[in-house]
Amino acid sequence: MAVMPISPADVASALTMHGYIPDDGLATAVYLSMTLRRPLLLEGEAGVGKTEVAKVLSRWTGGELIRLQCYEGIDVSQAVYDWDYGRQLLHLRAAEATGESRSLTTSALEAQLYQEQFLLQRALLQAVSHQGDVAPVLLIDEIDRADDEFEAYLLEVLSEYAITVPELGRFAATRPPLVVLTSNRTRDVHDALKRRCLYHWVQHPDFEREVQIVRLRVPQVLDRLARQVAAAAETMRSLNLYKPPGVAETIDWAQALAALGRSDIDEHVVEATLGAVLKYREDQDRVRQHGVATLVRHALERGAVG
Amino acid sequence: MTPAERMAVAFARVLRGAALKVPTDSVLAFVEALGTLGVEQRADVYWAGRATLVRHPEDIALYDTAFAAFWDEMRDAPVPVDREQVDLAADLADDSDNDDGDDDDVAGDRPERPTVALRWSTAEVLRHKDFATYTETELRDAQLLMQELRFIGPPRRSYRLRPDRRGRRPDLRATMRASLRAAGEPIDRRWREPGDRLRRLVLLLDISGSMEPYARAMLRFAHAAVSGRQKVEAFAIGTRLTRMTKELESRDPDTALARAGTRVHDWSGGTRLGECLRTFNDQWGVRGMARGAIVVILSDGWDRGDPELLAEQMRRLRRVSHQVVWVNPLKVTPGYAPLARGMAAALPFVDDFVEGHSLAAMQELARVIADNRSRDRRRTPK
Repeated sequence: MAVMPISPADVASALTMHGYIPDDGLATAVYLSMTLRRPLLLEGEAGVGKTEVAKVLSRWTGGELIRLQCYEGIDVSQAVYDWDYGRQLLHLRAAEATGESRSLTTSALEAQLYQEQFLLQRALLQAVSHQGDVAPVLLIDEIDRADDEFEAYLLEVLSEYAITVPELGRFAATRPPLVVLTSNRTRDVHDALKRRCLYHWVQHPDFEREVQIVRLRVPQVLDRLARQVAAAAETMRSLNLYKPPGVAETIDWAQALAALGRSDIDEHVVEATLGAVLKYREDQDRVRQHGVATLVRHALERGAVG
Repeated sequence: MTPAERMAVAFARVLRGAALKVPTDSVLAFVEALGTLGVEQRADVYWAGRATLVRHPEDIALYDTAFAAFWDEMRDAPVPVDREQVDLAADLADDSDNDDGDDDDVAGDRPERPTVALRWSTAEVLRHKDFATYTETELRDAQLLMQELRFIGPPRRSYRLRPDRRGRRPDLRATMRASLRAAGEPIDRRWREPGDRLRRLVLLLDISGSMEPYARAMLRFAHAAVSGRQKVEAFAIGTRLTRMTKELESRDPDTALARAGTRVHDWSGGTRLGECLRTFNDQWGVRGMARGAIVVILSDGWDRGDPELLAEQMRRLRRVSHQVVWVNPLKVTPGYAPLARGMAAALPFVDDFVEGHSLAAMQELARVIADNRSRDRRRTPK
C-alpha cells in the first residue's frame, strides 16, 4: 500500500523515524512533491544530505530505489535503454543454423530481434515501466554533471512519465515514481527543468538539529560527544574554508571518534582525526591557524550546555 | 477565485514588482501547493512559495523580504509596502532569461552581416590604435572587426562516442543493424570514437578605474566572444564579482552592454582582485566552471587587497584550469615591468601574459588561446 502523508509534520516525523531529520522547508517540499506528484530538485553544498533524502524516502515508502548517477557524456543507452547486442547476434546465428532465417523475410527477422527479451532497461526506463504496488523512488544524482542535451531529454520524461522505444512502443508509468534530482550547482540547471520541479536549497543544519542527526546516525556516540562534534563543525564553517564540513563529514568524524573509543574531544585527537572532516590541506592549515586549542575549548563549552 | 488563487496571484504580483521572475506555470504550482497546505499558516505559505516560486539560491533573500512585506500587508491591509523595499528591488538586477523572443526580434531587424564594409585603411588604423584613445564611432567600428575574432581553444576529448570509420571501439548497435543484411553474420563492422568538445572559455574582466577606457572595449570583446561561441562565461571584477553571462547572451551588442551595465554596479571603482577571484573560485570556478577551461583575465593587476590572497587564489585557479591567460593593456607601455603588486603576485601562475590594448593585440590573444603550446610547457617540470 502506498504511503500518502497528510501534512508536512507527518512527513517530518516519518523521515525522522527512518533516519533523516529534515527542517520545516524540506519537509514541506517533500510533502508537496508527494501530493502534487512533481519531481523535487535539491541543490546545495556537497555533503549536506541531498542524496540521503531519496534513500530515506525509499526506506519509508517501501518503494524500490532506482538510482541514476549522472556524468558527462551520459546518453540514452546508459540512462534509458539499450539492446543486448550479444544476445541478438546469437539469436540471428541460431536462426541461421536452424534454417529458420531462410523462411523469413528480413523485416520479420528484424522484428524478432527488437523484442522486450533483448531490451536492457536502464534506470529511467526501469522507473517508468516499474510494476508493483508501491511507486519506486527515482534518484537522479548530480544532474549538473550531465550535459544539457541530456537535461532536455529528462525534461520530456519527467513531464510525461513515459518513454517511447521506437522499436517497441510507449512505456507509461502506472504509478509515477517519486523523483528526486540533486545538483551541486557546478553549473546552472536549465530553467525549464527547474520550473518542472519543486525546488529546495538544502542548507547546513543548525546546531541542535546537527546534534540530533549525529545521535541518530551514530548511536554509539554519547550526547556529550555529539554536541562537541557539532559545535566544532559549526566553528569550522565560520572560518571561511574552501570546503566547509557538511553533515556527511560531521557524521564521519563522529564515527571516527567513536571508533577510537573517545567520549570527549581534546586537542590531540582533533589533530589526529582532522582528515575525517577537512579534505584540503589549506583548510587544515587554516584551522590550525585559528587554533585547535581554541576550537576544542569552545566545543567543550558548547557541549556542556543542555 | 478561491482564497489560494487570490493569494497566489497577489503574491506573484508582489514578487514580480520586486524583479523576481515568476512564470505562470510556477504560479499554478503555487496555487496547487496552497490548495493542499492551506493559506492560514505563515510557515506553510512561506515554504509553499519557496518550493514553487524560487529557483535560485540568490533569490532567497529577495523572496524573504517580499514575503515578509506581503504577509504583513495581508494581515493589516492599509499598510503600504515599504518604500525602501521597492528601491531595493529596483537595485537588484533582473536575472531573467535572455532566450525569450524579444532579443531575437531585435536581432532579426539587423542584417546578418554588417552591410557597411570597413575601408581597409580604417581597419588598418584601428588595428594598432590604443583602445584608450578610441572615439565612440571607432569603438563601434572595432566591434565589426572583433566579430571576426573567434576564440576557439584546443578541444578536449568528449566522453560521448560518435561513429567513426577509423574508430577503435566497436559500435554494436550499428554492427547489429548491418549484420541483418548478411543473415546475422557481422561482416561489416562499425566503430565508434570519442568526439571532441570545445573547452569552456571563462572571461574575468577588470572594470576598475584604471581600466575604465579598456573595460568598455573589453566588454564588447567579451560580447563578441559570448555570442560567437557556445560555452563562454563572463564575469566582472571590481569591488565585487558579478556574473554577466546572461546579460551578454543577447545578440545585439548595445542591448547586451546596456544590460551588463545595469547589472554591474561598481564600474570604475577600485579592484579587489584577490577577493573577487576567491569568490569566483568558491562559487563557480573550482566547483566545475573553471575545470579544464581556458581562463582569460583582463586586468592591469592593480589590486588594493592582499597580494598573498591573490597568489593563493591564482594557484587554486591554475590547478583546476587548462590554461590561464592574463591580458594586461599596460604591458605595451614603454618600460613597463609588472610592478603592480597584484600583477607580480599573480604572474607565476599565468600561462600566457599578453597585451590587450589594441585590436592587433586581441588577435594575438586569439592566437594564444588557439595554440596549445602553453599547456605543453606546463607539463614539463620547472
